[in-house]
Amino acid sequence: MALSGIQIYKMLPQTNCKECGFPTCLAFAMKLAAKQVELDDCPYVTEESKQQLAESAAPPIRLITLKARDHEVAVGNEVVLFRHEKKFFNRPGVLIRVVDTAEEAAITEKVAAASAYSVDYVGLDLRLDGFVIEAASGDPAAFATAVGAVRASSGLPVVLKSDDPAVIEAGLKVLEGEKPLLLGANSGNWEAMADLAKQGETALGVMGGTLEELAELTEKIQATGVEDMVLYPTASAMGASLAMQTQIRRLALKNFRPLGYPTIAFAGDGGNPARESTLAAHAICKYAGFVVVDTFAPELIYPILVLRENIYTDPQKPIQVLPAVYEINDPKPGDPVLVTTNFSITYFSVANEVEGSGLSAWLLVTDAEGMSVLTAWAAGKFDAESIAKAVKEFGIADKLEKHVIVLPGHTAVLSGELEEELPDWEVKVGPREAVDLPGYMKTVLT
Amino acid sequence: MPIEIPVDKWPGTVNTVTLGATAADGGTRSKVVTIGGERSLPFMHFENETPHPPVIALEMTAARPGDWSQVLLDAWGDVVDDPARWAGACEEAGADLILLMFGLNDADGNPVTPDFAVGTVKAVLQATGLPLVVLGPGQAEVDNEILVPVADATKGERLVLGLCEDANYRTIVASAMANGHLVLGRTPMDVNLAKQLNILMTDMGLPLDRIVMDPTTGALGYGIEYGYSVMERLRLAALQGDAMTQLPMLVNPGYEAWRTKESKVGEGVPDTWGDWAARGTHWETLTAVSLIEAGADVVVLRHPDSVTRVREAIDELMTLETA
Ligand code: B12
Ligand code: SF4
Repeated sequence: MALSGIQIYKMLPQTNCKECGFPTCLAFAMKLAAKQVELDDCPYVTEESKQQLAESAAPPIRLITLKARDHEVAVGNEVVLFRHEKKFFNRPGVLIRVVDTAEEAAITEKVAAASAYSVDYVGLDLRLDGFVIEAASGDPAAFATAVGAVRASSGLPVVLKSDDPAVIEAGLKVLEGEKPLLLGANSGNWEAMADLAKQGETALGVMGGTLEELAELTEKIQATGVEDMVLYPTASAMGASLAMQTQIRRLALKNFRPLGYPTIAFAGDGGNPARESTLAAHAICKYAGFVVVDTFAPELIYPILVLRENIYTDPQKPIQVLPAVYEINDPKPGDPVLVTTNFSITYFSVANEVEGSGLSAWLLVTDAEGMSVLTAWAAGKFDAESIAKAVKEFGIADKLEKHVIVLPGHTAVLSGELEEELPDWEVKVGPREAVDLPGYMKTVLT
Repeated sequence: MPIEIPVDKWPGTVNTVTLGATAADGGTRSKVVTIGGERSLPFMHFENETPHPPVIALEMTAARPGDWSQVLLDAWGDVVDDPARWAGACEEAGADLILLMFGLNDADGNPVTPDFAVGTVKAVLQATGLPLVVLGPGQAEVDNEILVPVADATKGERLVLGLCEDANYRTIVASAMANGHLVLGRTPMDVNLAKQLNILMTDMGLPLDRIVMDPTTGALGYGIEYGYSVMERLRLAALQGDAMTQLPMLVNPGYEAWRTKESKVGEGVPDTWGDWAARGTHWETLTAVSLIEAGADVVVLRHPDSVTRVREAIDELMTLETA
């Protein structure tokens, strides 16, 4: 159970020596209770207190990291049920499943394409995190071959999936020096699986259809010395999985240790891309630590990666770009100035549009505290005054022969005031949506 | 090892609201739709039963839509030129209800008139037995000019009329009250603004069980996270007992998702975006399913394939059974 600040204080030296960076031991204890500092920051805690405190200081959901040559993915460490309470910290790993009964060439092709996949979303480079290799063959040699095929075409982390320890062992041998996830342990095989996880120093996936089954297994496995585990609640229908995922998260946050691990969900069990899409959305919103998809198709993967990004952004901080003048396609003194706000989504919808069209422009990004055009306008953060201020601050006029400034169509009402603020400029009102900007620039601005 | 499952005991309940009326209740609908009544967070069946599943509305427009994605126009074909046939197609596609949207112009490109509005609504009511939401173009004067005669001409149907916003709700609320209709209130993604509008509308004497609220959302990639969290917060407030947040929620992932570049544009986009039509539908489906997880009672969609997918998701979410 989590200890309160006062309980923790009783176990500290109570000398107020300040070496931890806090004025008193009590202040440090409070921070420790809130999990905002590390126990190691106090050099004087006794071994005995350390042990007692370690349990309470550990995060309610263990951080699990999978590692391979080119990439590491860490999940877990979450502290809330709802993103607005604080935020969700570690984006779920999105993995693609391959099955060892598939042709080697087919595996190689799928894995190479998925591994190389990268898509730009508001300036972020979104990618997949790895693969699940599932042993449908039941044959250690066939499985090892499949693992080898994956490894030959990708350096991303993997999950080895089979309930036969001999099969897992064969796969593990191929992955020298990596940290895969072994999936998994069940009530029949857990001892052998735990041995493999210990030898390989890897994380172990634990399967179960009920919370009791999962908790019993993790306790037994933990007793053998395996610390890193991932829960695989096997109820895959959405209602049942929502119930289990929610109960696991709630219990973990109450510091119920046997369920204090991240989970894995198989959206790929949906059987077709349409159902995979809904199952993946469900898993991302409701608590999965890893989401596994079978279909590698950009039109499916792109929205899944974007949803993950959205749900895991910090609700207190919209993603922003720096207010400045951005030069798009090498603009000349005769090119127009387009004005917009510094909300990332806004900036990139405009910048990408203009860039893609091959036309040149000066993109003036004002400081609107990371709000979209209309939100900022409604909040009084994007008006004639702030635009004029940005024009002056960034000295854009000096770079130009023609002083033409284009407002977003949604804020056409600002044009009169902006003309007053910038008497030497020609103020124009652009289209409402960025998609229509290239057309507008070609017809109206030339 | 016996585990004690943490169970939330909430004092509050979401209002139960019935959309549409059959002949027995003074309307002409063959089906009515009842939403709300939740006493737990979405689909926590182990705490309380979910009395009414979330429902799916399909959006259609009174005049051929000028700015819809080609993917949608291809999916619907030529019914988009005929509201009555379009409504029938929506019913066939599996919608629980229909959202009929008026723009500023009629089918010939002239400004909408009360006659056009009433005629279109009547044609749609004739063509389908489903309950109907009717929305004006969102400009106060035009909204009032067309929604009042529509409300009068369809007395007793329990239509949902909108949009009621803080600047423009009085006329719509008054004519809904006079004719036995419901209203849709919309506020821009803010818990307090939503409460405020609900207070203003109920102050006029409109009973709470005749209001549905649209807390507004953004599409996937375009602000969904704000909408998602505002809905979760509104639902938590409702369950905690705050009466002015205990309204069922309607959101429009169809509109939001299909105006993103990802759904609208098929050419000159990165290869990493994949197939256009499939991407558009995924965009809508993922947006809708996420909002259902956050507590939506009605999701308004645009693509018929999304209806099938979202329906399947709702059916699965409504049971604790494993497939
Ligand atoms: C997400 C959102 C929020 C988020 C903020 C997100 C953010 N970081 O900005 C939150 C929840 C915080 C918020 C708050 C508010 N919001 Co708000 N919000 C939205 C929402 C849903 C989406 C906005 C968005 O992200 N759009 C996407 C971006 C990319 O759009 P954009 O910036 O406009 O850019 C597009 C175009 O303008 C164009 N463009 C951009 N730059 C340029 C430049 C040129 C030259 C050209 C030609 C084109 C162009 O290209 C882009 C793509 O097409 C909209 C409603 C909606 N669905 O649109 C309401 C909306 C903008 N909000 C609104 C309001 C009123 C508010 C609040 C005042 C209300 C409140 N809650 O108190 C506050 C204000 C903030 C404050 N006081 O702190 C209203 C504004 C109404 C109006 N017309 O004035 C809207 C329209 C909702 C509504 N229908 O009422 N909001
Ligand atoms: S370093 Fe340790 S002993 Fe010193 S003030 Fe901080 S908590 Fe107290």
